[in-house]
Amino acid sequence: MSNNLIEVRNLVKHFEVSKSVFSRNKKIVKAVDGISFDIKAGETLGLVGQSGCGKTTTARSLCLLDPKTSGSVNFYNPDTQNMESIDNIDEDGMRIFRRNMQMIFQDPYESLNPRWTIKDIIKEPLDIHNIGSFNEREEAVMEILRTVGLTPPENYLNRYPHEISGGQRQRVSIARTLVMKPKFVICDEPTSMLDVSIRISIMDLMLNLAKELDVSYLYITHDLAVARYMCNRIAVMFNGKIVEIAETEELLQNPIHPYTKRLISSIPIPDPKYVRERYEINFDELDKIVKDNPNEQMVDVGNNHFVATHETKEYLIES
Amino acid sequence: MPDLLLEVKNLSMHYDTLDGNVDAVKDISFSVKSGESFGLVGESGCGKTSVAMTLLQLQPDNSVITEGSIKLDGKELIGLSENDLRKVRWDSISIVFQGAMNAWNPVIKIGEQIREAMREHYPENSKQENIEKIDELFKMVGLDGSISERFPHELSGGMKQRAVIALALSCDPKIIIADEPTTALDVVIQDQILNEIKKVQDLLGLSLIYISHDIAVIAEMTDKIAVMYAGSIVEMGPTKDIFENPVHSYTRALLDSTPSIRGEKRKLKSLDGEPPSLINKIDGCSFAPRCPDRETKCNPTEHMRLVEIAPDHFVDICSQGKQ
Repeated sequence: MSNNLIEVRNLVKHFEVSKSVFSRNKKIVKAVDGISFDIKAGETLGLVGQSGCGKTTTARSLCLLDPKTSGSVNFYNPDTQNMESIDNIDEDGMRIFRRNMQMIFQDPYESLNPRWTIKDIIKEPLDIHNIGSFNEREEAVMEILRTVGLTPPENYLNRYPHEISGGQRQRVSIARTLVMKPKFVICDEPTSMLDVSIRISIMDLMLNLAKELDVSYLYITHDLAVARYMCNRIAVMFNGKIVEIAETEELLQNPIHPYTKRLISSIPIPDPKYVRERYEINFDELDKIVKDNPNEQMVDVGNNHFVATHETKEYLIES
Repeated sequence: MPDLLLEVKNLSMHYDTLDGNVDAVKDISFSVKSGESFGLVGESGCGKTSVAMTLLQLQPDNSVITEGSIKLDGKELIGLSENDLRKVRWDSISIVFQGAMNAWNPVIKIGEQIREAMREHYPENSKQENIEKIDELFKMVGLDGSISERFPHELSGGMKQRAVIALALSCDPKIIIADEPTTALDVVIQDQILNEIKKVQDLLGLSLIYISHDIAVIAEMTDKIAVMYAGSIVEMGPTKDIFENPVHSYTRALLDSTPSIRGEKRKLKSLDGEPPSLINKIDGCSFAPRCPDRETKCNPTEHMRLVEIAPDHFVDICSQGKQ
């Protein structure tokens, strides 16, 4: 048995939208259309792609914020030491699942309750899950504040979110998430709202905590440069599908799918001497190819590098 | 040698608030030649946008310009009457605001909104002339001419931003200020817009002031940059020089904290602390509390002030070491 923490198979999430209130013709938006991936314990998988490609929908379906349309998601249950499906989960199972899977959101200005003190915000999950005695909870809050670098914790306990800066707020979000000692955390662009000089300290904090607390991340971002810094592996999403997945350096050095190439070539390079060449693709055509091959599989091209089949046919003949 | 188009000298501006004065722009001088791209880079709250607004004399009512001059084509902008300013804005200098794509009026067609600006500045032009001009501008920024008959909600974010650039070009300005024109867009669209801005700039020989917090974008877009911190310029010079030989500790910290997808994966360094609040008068160097070279090089009592260390390369005095 591999040490997978989460296994996703053919995850599908469709939204029904009607053109007008009275229209009977429902249109289906295929936000996530059959994606599969595994995340190992202690690993960080990056999910990159343009806005609207289904990154956030994937995250929301994974942690059951939105019910998925079909597909299976198996999660490692540390209590039974088995992979368990998140479908038909009972109340106890749900509690275990929620404890082990947490989410950090993009906007630290909107994701913290403005009327609660930092202590209330961080303690809430402990209260809900009824973890520890009153004193133990207080102690846990102090400890996690120290862990995320908000020291001395006494200075922060009774403050409100508006009294601290953006970087500190994101630290509070991370503290609230990690106080549960989860095994798996979904991060939805947690640093995109932060300033450059502060961004790195949050990214470093998350990397260190991953090692210390043995946490796996699913790291959602549209910035490959950030993904390179954070992730062991990267999955590239296009229109609801994963088109390429590989270890970070492998993906950046040897991209195969044209969309991956386009994405890589559109990242500005902080070096004025370097002349970046754009890899142009026809998005309409690519969209059509992806839509016309709804059931295609990923092909292994070696080095733990997988690409959507429509792009590897030629490649495979060549080699 | 191309002549100076825009010359800013010793510009200082503060906002008058209930809590006290916020010193947003402190003694800033720079100049832009025609055809040149000038980058202003720094973190949020460092005064980048305040500088842009002051250049256009669009700063809010509670702002006070305490000293300095802004000369555009030899003409002083500070103190001009509102009527005279209206002639300068858009005709000589125009701006693409941050998030400008959301500033379109939702109930008026895109083309009509651009024509409105053109009518104001070229009352003698016929409607047909304006329509043709807009078609031409749209082509330049990679949009179809039919877009002018559409409403803003029918366009994607990238298309709206292209249309904003067309609007900024509509009165043939000599200089365009782009204030974080791509922050709300994703990477591929950002790449296309940057490409479009560069193409248009080359084609029309425009000067560009590009404002961003993104070092990588600045590296690609500009010939010359000024790094701002807490309302002051701490280092200024040709982009290549600054990237090759950053002198000020803050510039180095910014470069060290920018991840790249090229080259060896390197450990990035973060900068401790947060930018100072500009509401309190800062005695001496405003970067000193965060300065990584505090122990060795820094001279915290010295006020920020630029000295020329190489041709055209100016650095804040503090990096010259303890005196």
